[in-house]
Amino acid sequence: MSRIGVFVCHCGLNIAKTIRVSELAEFASTLPDVVVARDYRFMCSTPGQEMIANDIKEHRLDRVIVTACSPLMHEHTFRKVIEKAGLNQYMLTIVNIREQVSWVTSDIEEGTAKAKALLNGAVYRARLLAPLSSRVIDVNSGVMIVGGGIAGIQAALELANTGKKVYLVEKNSTIGGHMAQFDKTFPTLDCSACILTPKMDAVLQHPNITLMTYCEISEVKGFVGNFDIKVRQKARYVNHDKCNACLACTEKCPGKGISEWDEGLVKRKAIHIPFPQAVPQKPVIDRDACTYFLKGKCRLCEKVCEQKAIDFEQQDTFIDVKVGAVIVATGYNLMDTSPLVQYGYGKYPGVYSALEAERLFNSAGPTSGKVTLRDGKEPQAIAILHCIGSRDKNNYEHCSRVCCMYSLKFAHLFKEKTSADVYQFYIDIRAAGKGYEEFYNRIIEEDVKFIRGKVARVAESSDEPGRLIVEAEDTITGKFVQLPVDMVVLSPAMIPREDSKEVGRLFNLSTDKHGFFMERHPKLAPLSTMSEGIFIAGTCQSPKDIPDTVAQANGAAAEALTIVSREKMELEATTAMVNPASCCGCQNCVRVCPYGAPLFNYEKGVSEINEALCKGCGLCASVCPTSAIIARHFTNEQVLAEIEGLMEF
Amino acid sequence: MSQAVTPYLEMSQAIIEAGGEALKKCYQCGTCSGTCPWTPITNFNIRKLVRYGQLGFDGIEDFMWGCSTCKFCVDRCPRGVELIDIVTAIRNVYSGGGMLPQSLRSFVGSLAARGNPWSGDPAKRNDWAKEKYPLYKKEMEYLFWTCCTICYDPRNTRLARATAELLNQAALSWGIPSIDVNCCGESVRKVGDLELFERLKNTNLNYFQANSVAKMITVSPHCLVTFKKEYGEDYNIVHFSELLASLIKEGKLKPKKDFGGIKVTYHDPCYLGRHSGIYDAPRDVIKSLPGVELVEMKRNREQSMCCGGGGGGLWMEKLKGERLSDLRVEEALATGANVLATACPYCITMFEDSIRTLNVDDKIVVKDVTELLLESLEINIDEPVGDMCEIV
Ligand SMILES: Cc1cc2nc3c(=O)[nH]c(=O)nc-3n(C[C@H](O)[C@H](O)[C@H](O)COP(=O)(O)OP(=O)(O)OC[C@H]3O[C@@H](n4cnc5c(N)ncnc54)[C@H](O)[C@@H]3O)c2cc1C
Ligand code: SF4
Ligand code: SF4
Ligand code: SF4
Ligand code: SF4
Repeated sequence: MSRIGVFVCHCGLNIAKTIRVSELAEFASTLPDVVVARDYRFMCSTPGQEMIANDIKEHRLDRVIVTACSPLMHEHTFRKVIEKAGLNQYMLTIVNIREQVSWVTSDIEEGTAKAKALLNGAVYRARLLAPLSSRVIDVNSGVMIVGGGIAGIQAALELANTGKKVYLVEKNSTIGGHMAQFDKTFPTLDCSACILTPKMDAVLQHPNITLMTYCEISEVKGFVGNFDIKVRQKARYVNHDKCNACLACTEKCPGKGISEWDEGLVKRKAIHIPFPQAVPQKPVIDRDACTYFLKGKCRLCEKVCEQKAIDFEQQDTFIDVKVGAVIVATGYNLMDTSPLVQYGYGKYPGVYSALEAERLFNSAGPTSGKVTLRDGKEPQAIAILHCIGSRDKNNYEHCSRVCCMYSLKFAHLFKEKTSADVYQFYIDIRAAGKGYEEFYNRIIEEDVKFIRGKVARVAESSDEPGRLIVEAEDTITGKFVQLPVDMVVLSPAMIPREDSKEVGRLFNLSTDKHGFFMERHPKLAPLSTMSEGIFIAGTCQSPKDIPDTVAQANGAAAEALTIVSREKMELEATTAMVNPASCCGCQNCVRVCPYGAPLFNYEKGVSEINEALCKGCGLCASVCPTSAIIARHFTNEQVLAEIEGLMEF
Repeated sequence: MSQAVTPYLEMSQAIIEAGGEALKKCYQCGTCSGTCPWTPITNFNIRKLVRYGQLGFDGIEDFMWGCSTCKFCVDRCPRGVELIDIVTAIRNVYSGGGMLPQSLRSFVGSLAARGNPWSGDPAKRNDWAKEKYPLYKKEMEYLFWTCCTICYDPRNTRLARATAELLNQAALSWGIPSIDVNCCGESVRKVGDLELFERLKNTNLNYFQANSVAKMITVSPHCLVTFKKEYGEDYNIVHFSELLASLIKEGKLKPKKDFGGIKVTYHDPCYLGRHSGIYDAPRDVIKSLPGVELVEMKRNREQSMCCGGGGGGLWMEKLKGERLSDLRVEEALATGANVLATACPYCITMFEDSIRTLNVDDKIVVKDVTELLLESLEINIDEPVGDMCEIV
């Protein structure tokens, strides 16, 4: 005979609105082995917790059922409560009557009936629960950060400053990310390079940071506290241990490739560093642009290199890294707007994407910071088009959050650098950050023209060749506007990296339908993921500006620290185990496990489960034909009892 | 002086109930009105129409007739607002009491009384065929759906005969409906008279059922869309241009006559292009003709400009300067084409009107792709055209 206490939570009106909670508690008290049943407004509050603790003592309870919200919210809370009151933490059962009942119905009859069924099942199962003891493992104190934009840089420095070992993996040949492409940053208009390059250098110099540029993740094994990650170092064809960054090679090289850094506006050499302040300052050879790789002749770089650093034979190599936690900070891309034919991107030379415009402002950019069109002329009239592909069900439904602000920044820079008339075509100006509305006001006073209406079409002028006509309705006056300009800047949707789903798969992260990484909880755990020990920061999670990106990076660093600052950590005891006496050796379990936990022991002819890898999902137990696998905390008997309880309704 | 107004939400609710549910989604960005071909030339403003509808403002009646249901705005709206449904619903709600503009009254009246918009005698629906072509029977493969416009409009009966001849030429098994059918109801639905539409639809459905119709050919893209999307049945239905393109490809129809280097431009009818996604078939037909160069207008395919004839537009009087067909004919002229080809009887009517009023009949002619192919096969159907349609 067990002694069960049932605690029904109202969750304010969240639950009480569609479930008769006192009736549920009364019902509970009629169930077998239940010795006390109560309902209360907020079970997770201190008085609620005390109520449970007191009842455990007073009624000598040996099992507790909390009928409340999802276990993701408070299982941990209530486990601690019963543990403090002297019970084994696995003697707790949570019945989720909020997300699974009250939030999905408005019918109180239906809600109450379903809650009773769930509770009945839970009582049947609770009677069969057994105490379990947690596993304790050693924790590796290093952290890997994937992506060296401002998010990755910031997180790396924070963690390294606490004395932890950091591996910063960047797929480009330099760190810096998009921020390194900008000239000025809103809303303060401080120079992007001035605030970013010191941080990039600090990364390079930091004794606790191993910088791994031109690298990609190729395999991730292990689990929180003990990740085993294989990193592919792409061949640079330059031996960076020998190279002294004199860059003599880049001067002589005849090979021409497209400058990714300048958004394809100009060419760069085959052997190159992306931009003058790149970190590291050492070059790589772009195979697809190198005359030697293409035609078998040249090797000029090799001739001029006094360090003998050029190595055409270099191959990709693999590096194994062991860390306790990971921060993914792979950033964003801008949407390719050329399929949106109405805006003429890729068709009319006068149409630019926002990142191309950024490069025109930058003194290290293709025009040395002068705003000129592709034909070298200064624009006389410029239209900036908001929400291109954003807030658009045909493309991306989300608001990209930063484009209103950088469009205002662009207007300012255009006014500063040219004598052009500047127009903003917008739907709403979203300027909700600190100092943003003030910045908006400032730009209005700089005599930028605001036209409220989304642009419908950019067409070629039939009167003046080369000029463009922007067509939109000014929705404030209802007038149809046909505006002749010579430059159009599109603000395209901010979207995830093209490989984000692949990265997600490697790290076992879920992504939303477009590929942004999903956080564990949108409000309370925005930097954690469903994979323990793996955190996300910056624009790989959703569009955001630099202040928010940096705040997240610091937060993710702190989260990672809570793991790697421990020497040991407790893992869930809810793993599976094999009873070798009944295992028939069919290896079904080996085949189905998504985590590679079961291994077949050929000597003994039976499967064995590596508990460190097992996440307790129970797949193996469900396919084992001889029931040799026991999923702890979800044994066949327990699960069948619960089903029986449910079926009674 | 500004006049204060109060939102009249009951009206808004009525629009929603009449099928304008999508009103709620609009965030007034102006993409639709910036895209709509009428905005630059008339006082019609689709975004404003939605706004008036959202708040039930008075005055909506003054501009609700402007839309020709070309679907350009619907394709571009970032919120997925079904604007044509809203237009239809608003017209339904506001003209429920018979408040039709003068120019629409005779066409709606004719549909109600005679089942066709051309004031034609229902008994003479098949007179164009002069008993030369078979009536549809169950064992036949295709029903050639002869829409009202090609039965009654003198110009377009030529299109009916051209189609019939090509069907014979390809040796298909086909027949035309008996005079028991009536208009598919497309225009009247877009004008907002949903009850009349239901009546017309049911008459046709009865005929289709009684005669076990399974496969249909239409020449009017308006009938095509209506049968496909509004009749609630799953007919196997093709537009004649699609059938022609495949007959040519299979070698069952072989264009012969060399046109000697004429330039043809093709206008995508809204109901064939944007509404049905058919862009290539009619072009393939044109490209198969010897001695013909296909030249594109600036706005083509998905971005094609409306002729103005949809949504009741065919029957509405428009002032000079407010006619899309005029602009479109000018665009066609700018390509240097001698022939403006299309694949819809409404477009033909609209363009021929414009060509006459613009006085450019010596520069360009309008032809259906069907007629071009017929000409290339050197089949002559041009006996002197009698007046098939007695205006009653
Ligand atoms: C035109 C424009 C102007 C802007 N102007 C401003 C401004 O003025 N002020 C402001 O606050 N914000 C501005 N922003 C927003 C700003 O760019 C972002 O907030 C910020 O750059 C986000 O940094 P991040 O590190 O998350 O991403 P990113 O800058 O995208 O960096 C991600 C890094 O990860 C690397 N990476 C990607 N995938 C992998 C992989 N699989 N493996 C290894 N490495 C990988 C990338 O190479 C890159 O270096 C602007 C945005 C745009 C588009
Ligand atoms: S081999 Fe020639 S083209 Fe290739 S990187 Fe060296 S200098 Fe450039
Ligand atoms: S931030 Fe502004 S421009 Fe960007 S999607 Fe949102 S509303 Fe549009
Ligand atoms: S395009 Fe769509 S959202 Fe924009 S104003 Fe028109 S209906 Fe509304
Ligand atoms: S359907 Fe065509 S005519 Fe009607 S409002 Fe939309 S764009 Fe204008």
